[in-house]
Amino acid sequence: MTTPPERIVVVGASLAGLAAAHALRERGFAGRLTLVGAEPHRPYDRPPLSKQVLRGLYSADTTLPCHPELRAEFRFGQPATRLDLAGRVVECEDGSRLPYDRLLIATGTRARPWPNPAEAALAGVFTLRDRDDAERLGAHLRTKLQRVVLVGGGFIGFEVASTCRDLDIPVTLLVRDAVPLAAALGPRLGGLIGEVAREKGVDLRLESEIERMEGAGGRLTAVILKDGERIETDCLVAAIGTLRNVEWLDGSGLEADAGGLRCDAFCRALRADGRVAEGVFAAGDVARWPNPHDDDALVAVEHWGNARAQAETAAANMLAGDASAMRRHDHLPDFWSQQFGLTIKLVGLTEGADALAVVHGSFKERRLVAAFGKGGRTVAAAAIDSARWLPAYKAAIRERAPFPPIENAVDQPRIRVQEP
Amino acid sequence: MSGSTLFDQILDPANRANPYPLYAELRKIPVARQEDGTYVVSTHAELARLISDPRISSDDLPDPQKFRWTGHPVTDLLVRPVRAEIRKRHPPFIFRDPPDHDRLRGQVMRCFTPERVRGMRAKTQEITDDLIGKMRGKTQIDLVDDFSYPLPVTVICELLGVPAEDEAQFHGWATQLATALEPNRRSDEETRAKNEVCFTEIADYLQGLIKEKRKDPQDDILSDLAIDREGMNDFDLIATAVLLLVAGHETTVNLITNGMLTLLRFPEHGERLRAEPEIAPRLIEELLRYEPPVHYRTRLALTDIPVAGITIPKDAPVIFLLAAANRDPLRFPDPDRFDPDRPDNRHLGFGGGLHYCVGAPLARIEAEVALISLVRRLKGVSLTEDPPPYRPGASLRGPRHLRLALEGVAEE
Repeated sequence: MTTPPERIVVVGASLAGLAAAHALRERGFAGRLTLVGAEPHRPYDRPPLSKQVLRGLYSADTTLPCHPELRAEFRFGQPATRLDLAGRVVECEDGSRLPYDRLLIATGTRARPWPNPAEAALAGVFTLRDRDDAERLGAHLRTKLQRVVLVGGGFIGFEVASTCRDLDIPVTLLVRDAVPLAAALGPRLGGLIGEVAREKGVDLRLESEIERMEGAGGRLTAVILKDGERIETDCLVAAIGTLRNVEWLDGSGLEADAGGLRCDAFCRALRADGRVAEGVFAAGDVARWPNPHDDDALVAVEHWGNARAQAETAAANMLAGDASAMRRHDHLPDFWSQQFGLTIKLVGLTEGADALAVVHGSFKERRLVAAFGKGGRTVAAAAIDSARWLPAYKAAIRERAPFPPIENAVDQPRIRVQEP
Repeated sequence: MSGSTLFDQILDPANRANPYPLYAELRKIPVARQEDGTYVVSTHAELARLISDPRISSDDLPDPQKFRWTGHPVTDLLVRPVRAEIRKRHPPFIFRDPPDHDRLRGQVMRCFTPERVRGMRAKTQEITDDLIGKMRGKTQIDLVDDFSYPLPVTVICELLGVPAEDEAQFHGWATQLATALEPNRRSDEETRAKNEVCFTEIADYLQGLIKEKRKDPQDDILSDLAIDREGMNDFDLIATAVLLLVAGHETTVNLITNGMLTLLRFPEHGERLRAEPEIAPRLIEELLRYEPPVHYRTRLALTDIPVAGITIPKDAPVIFLLAAANRDPLRFPDPDRFDPDRPDNRHLGFGGGLHYCVGAPLARIEAEVALISLVRRLKGVSLTEDPPPYRPGASLRGPRHLRLALEGVAEE
């Protein structure tokens, strides 16, 4: 039985870090609690940034509610630079050293920068991750643009495209793959969303990449595609994925790389030698953990719901004493997106799915629930404008129900199993 | 009542005043088969799960009854069968499944805007002040007749756009049609015959009103629905309007009356609400858990459904006993205690899943305005009989009268 902690340091002051801080206090932790954040802002919420904030409906101040009696010491604009596992100390950029009994690493991810730095430096070229990004891009979108070129076939790219169409800005969306959103939704559903985007006026280009950008006076003026086409534009948003903020852990002895910070089922960080790093936990986008709903395959989940749930599990386990009192992180990944007037929700992970069945509604109506199967088991379900049934599918996924999971149901077409 | 099932006992008016011990008994078997093949779900975990289960249908209305002959061929062979067929094909959306349910509910939600609902607060306060004003000089009131009934009727009529002079008539219709929510009563032939007559009257009335709204649209829900181009046909529109009307006040009357009854039974909470009106939202959530206006809803199993160690068979009627789940000790510690400070109060007072109460925001406003005003203005108020007499319904459960003695009425 380890001694109860007196000093807890949380590195990363976003959704996961703040949720962990709240959970620690709710569970009676009365000691010193320090949150270290690289950004200058109080913890804020990111989902509205690509939607209402860009659109100009909300201000970029999406500060998350913080309990007035949290009694946490916040250090904003102060990235952690080094971790000394043996000495149990976190070092920050200003040279300050924060000793801890328990440490939570929740440093998340950042937007993957455009690979050509000279092009990335052109005015009019953006990435979108932080509220400052959203504020700058939002202001730019409201300056009567010629055309926005979006690069990336993921949800951020599509949400920004949708926002641009709401603002009546011409949009070209460049997707490297043959189908958009396929990684999350599979080709069939991804294709459906692509179709809707086209109908809403998005110039969607599949299997299309940028060869180079053109600028004049330091401003973006056009992009040249690999097939030689030239598109004039004054705004480019690179939504080409994320990088995990693990560089500060170099040399710490923790097992961390581009795939994330490796942790065990109890959110405990692991060392490169595979042993548990005593007192060190991880949560949120940066953590790579064994997913019990997928035979403990390692996964890093960049979803809002996981960040909160994992932070709560990590907080409980930080105070648990020893492993016998810890609980598994068994969150079932889920996320939602709003774009082009559709609400898309997904529970489970579609990766590796080998079967799909429409279980409610239809592709034609664009209102449906689709279940995903893998090896005869139900692993995920996606809803487009019909999320109310998802809890039943969530239960089926948790139970690893045979695929297709729920038959003879309301509003159910004849079930036909197809490729996802 | 020996030999009768637990659910029969719940339906028995003798147990209306305090069904909670029966609910506790029922919860011993989370999904309990009754002798007639009905399955009663009474625990929170199972109910929360089944209420979002697509294998359970809300389309459980019985076929319209066979009619007694009137001897008028046009009536017997044409008018009544046609009307019955229309009713069968266009039931209100609480008795429908997706996709029809979603389409109709979506159209209603578009009219039930947050601005419009919030805008009803001032009107609710005005009606409340007026009704309380009329209690001046009285030493005895019946809260139900003098307050809890007229308030929501006036509010829902205003919101829908029913002229004030027709309210009394609506009140009568709504009371009668509310019996359709009681499975034992809606299968009783006499009740059904009355409902048929009543529905015909209200449908004829609404048909006329809709015509007027189309000619001269006003800022009300019926006008919005009537002129919505992608809107519903007249049969669905009438069924929807009837639903909003019945659901809009047969439920709220219970919430307000149960609220006052609870505050008088636990006067420290009445005192607290008077001193700190800002606790009203939490207090009302607890009220929705502790004494919900709707105790159960009925469903139909479309297929065999394994749950809690048993299988609900295909075609079995299912009862969602919301009020029992709200007192489930596995979900709510010390569940029989009325505690407005209860954390994480995820009650089922407004149901759940895709049929979650459309009017929840309105009900919350009405209850808030009503209860705050009552505790602030009624002086020296006490119950003259406890338990009070109850209305016959076991689902829409609430006092028929709540007779109170009072010493006076404070000014606004």
